[in-house]
Amino acid sequence: MTVQETRERVDAFPTRRIGGYRVRAGRPFPYGAHPVPGGVNFSVYSDRATAMRLVLFEKGAPRPVAELEFPPEFRIGSVYAMTVFDLDAENLEYGFRADGPFDPRTGDRFDAGKVLSDPYARLVSGRDVWGREPDWDDVYPYRANVLEDDFDWGDDTPLGIPTEDLVIYETHVRGFTRHPSSGVSAPGTYAGLREKIPYLKDLGVNCVELLPVFEFDELDNPRTDPATGERLHNYWGYNTVSFFAPKAGYAATGRFGMQADEFKTLVRELHRAGIEVVLDVVFNHTAEGNEDGPTISFRGLDNATYYMLTPQGEYYNFSGTGNTVNCNHPVVRDFVLSCLRYWVSEYHIDGFRFDLAAILDRAPDGTPLPNPPLLEQLAHDPILRHTKLIAEAWDAAGLYQVGAFPNYGRWSEWNGKYRDSVRRFIKGEPGLVGELATRMAGSPDLYGGRTASASVNFVTAHDGFTLNDLVSYNDKHNEANGEDNRDGGNDNHSWNCGEEGPSASAHVRDLRTRQMKNMLGILLTSQGVPMILAGDEVGRTQLGNNNGYCQDNELSWFDWGLVEANAELLEFTQRLIAFRHAHPVLRTVDHPVGSDRVGSGFPDISWHGVGAWRPDWSAHSRVVGLMRCGRHAKGGAVADDHVYIGINAHWESHDLELPGLPEGQAWHLFADTSLAAPHGLAEVGAESELHHPGRYHLGPHALVILVGRDRRTG
Amino acid sequence: MTVKLSSRTEGDTTVVVLEGEINSTTSGGLQAQLLPFVGEGSRLLIDLSGVSYVSSAGLRTLLIVHRRAQQLRTGVILVGLSEEVRFVMSATGFLDFFEIEDDLDAARERTGR
Repeated sequence: MTVQETRERVDAFPTRRIGGYRVRAGRPFPYGAHPVPGGVNFSVYSDRATAMRLVLFEKGAPRPVAELEFPPEFRIGSVYAMTVFDLDAENLEYGFRADGPFDPRTGDRFDAGKVLSDPYARLVSGRDVWGREPDWDDVYPYRANVLEDDFDWGDDTPLGIPTEDLVIYETHVRGFTRHPSSGVSAPGTYAGLREKIPYLKDLGVNCVELLPVFEFDELDNPRTDPATGERLHNYWGYNTVSFFAPKAGYAATGRFGMQADEFKTLVRELHRAGIEVVLDVVFNHTAEGNEDGPTISFRGLDNATYYMLTPQGEYYNFSGTGNTVNCNHPVVRDFVLSCLRYWVSEYHIDGFRFDLAAILDRAPDGTPLPNPPLLEQLAHDPILRHTKLIAEAWDAAGLYQVGAFPNYGRWSEWNGKYRDSVRRFIKGEPGLVGELATRMAGSPDLYGGRTASASVNFVTAHDGFTLNDLVSYNDKHNEANGEDNRDGGNDNHSWNCGEEGPSASAHVRDLRTRQMKNMLGILLTSQGVPMILAGDEVGRTQLGNNNGYCQDNELSWFDWGLVEANAELLEFTQRLIAFRHAHPVLRTVDHPVGSDRVGSGFPDISWHGVGAWRPDWSAHSRVVGLMRCGRHAKGGAVADDHVYIGINAHWESHDLELPGLPEGQAWHLFADTSLAAPHGLAEVGAESELHHPGRYHLGPHALVILVGRDRRTG
Repeated sequence: MTVKLSSRTEGDTTVVVLEGEINSTTSGGLQAQLLPFVGEGSRLLIDLSGVSYVSSAGLRTLLIVHRRAQQLRTGVILVGLSEEVRFVMSATGFLDFFEIEDDLDAARERTGR
């Protein structure tokens, strides 16, 4: 039996009038504004408010059209809920006005003079078009809107690619296609990124990690470029205004309020191409800053709940930005959990990377907790059960937890030690062979007892030098950021290869290309999850700026002209990624242990030096070879070839003796970074057998990747 | 702002011509007017050349009509999309669901196969 007609709800009728509007007591759950038959249901939490009003605006109007006070009967617990009928939801902006005490010593900072944005707003207007000058006197700058979450996903779900099989590509929605060379119809938007999906497929990555896409204000940066006087933006967006709302200024349709549909379409199309979406999320602080910052939402609704406060009621500043979100307060835990569930269930997001995640394990008084309830909850939540959780396992107040982040068997970490070790080894520093070997084996020293996919390996990320600049600059050059080059990190472990900045010398340029290939080669053959910074595959430069957070211009944008100009590096990267996908032995879940676990006659991983089976771990050594036995791929479950990676960080060439292979097999050359293109790079699966079966002459500053498999007969 | 609707029949195709804006204030009434044209065996062609703007609610209305047609194993063809309407529909993914033709003639050619 089927029922066709839509039955009306018995609560779809108003019970009284407030402020000229027909209303009834609302439903406290879910929080925020949700369309219901005949109207919109509004629900907001405030523990310490003495009065709460719903403030309604016609879209874009400078003054509210109405303010509806919640009567006491419309409150359950500390939640105010009201259903308002006959609203034109599409032309409506709403906020709240909370009255209550202002007494910072007790944590209260109510201000009935402010219209507050809904923390649960799923659509926010006010910064609809990126960079457009707003009305700075607007009584309500970031306006909550009502959203209908009825996107037609078809059969799409998060993809569920095993973490160890991911190749992550870190990019910025705007920066990826904003450059005039991008050739897309809507540069700098979700729709623009969607047009570049074929490029991502060709590159071979199967996960994009997007810099923050929760609504933020790109105009909250007070600085200007000292040379040009131009306004600097908050380009990266690590300063969230609204956690449930996608950045409107990243949508070509933001001015029509359709950013949610546009972003969801991007996710759906990426999924169709086999590419997961990880969001960089910033739960450690909000855009409200410290005592002197703007009151946008949380501060005016329940300051003492949402922020970590000192006993004197001042803001703790573990984030380095003025305030710290009180993540392990039960109400805030619920907020963070609801938010992540929302993005997974309504946007089909595949994973999250948590900015300054060490803050998430601090107690309300700032003490690091051994068993932080928020992290445990996220690890076990039913909706998030297969969502990738990646921690930036440190904060701005000295809590450094790489390898020690409370993980519940679920969390991966940005491996900062991997980054530093690879950089220092390739630069040619002595005493790093053992360190590099540990990093390439998945950092078992940090993640023993966890899987190798606990380690997200990277050499570069948005924060710091690009790969090209890592081999082109000894020092950062951040003058354009307006802080006299004081901002940005100084521990770059970079080497300019002989000349600071762009070079006309063929020798310098060749060396730089080789060094970039060396690092990509290490990254994509290491155990763990590789992450590539967008543009590194084509040698993107920021002219030595290692802190591009404010550079919304050609310094940061992806220059698509490089795709042709640096086609050689791009092809090298593409094939390396394909090589990783083709060789499961590089993506084994468990850490290799150095012994034969499947009876192949070879250890799962073995170490070599100039002599086979004789690694040189001494302080002056700069050469190392490692062999992965293909019979151990995925714990012996699948068959693979042997893979040998030889790395020479020395300025002289070396003859490497190669480990012997089983009868009938031979070493084949996949890549040698010292050979000029088109030599030194084979198609995956079509590698040629080495002329000399037992040795390989490896040039200075070079890396070789060999495949050991059956000799082709005939 | 309102939306005006007129209709005619061409063979087994119903042609509906819309004029105005399809937004939250007009889309509810429009949906009620459009749904009766969705019938078994007859194709619905909606001419949007007189429509200057389709809002989020408007796009949803069109998609609901399309879904209803699909349930009845028939189809909706949209013609005469302005550049802006087409761009918005493309960016938000709505375009993927519909059959689109440039104008009535192109649509007639297609349905006349």
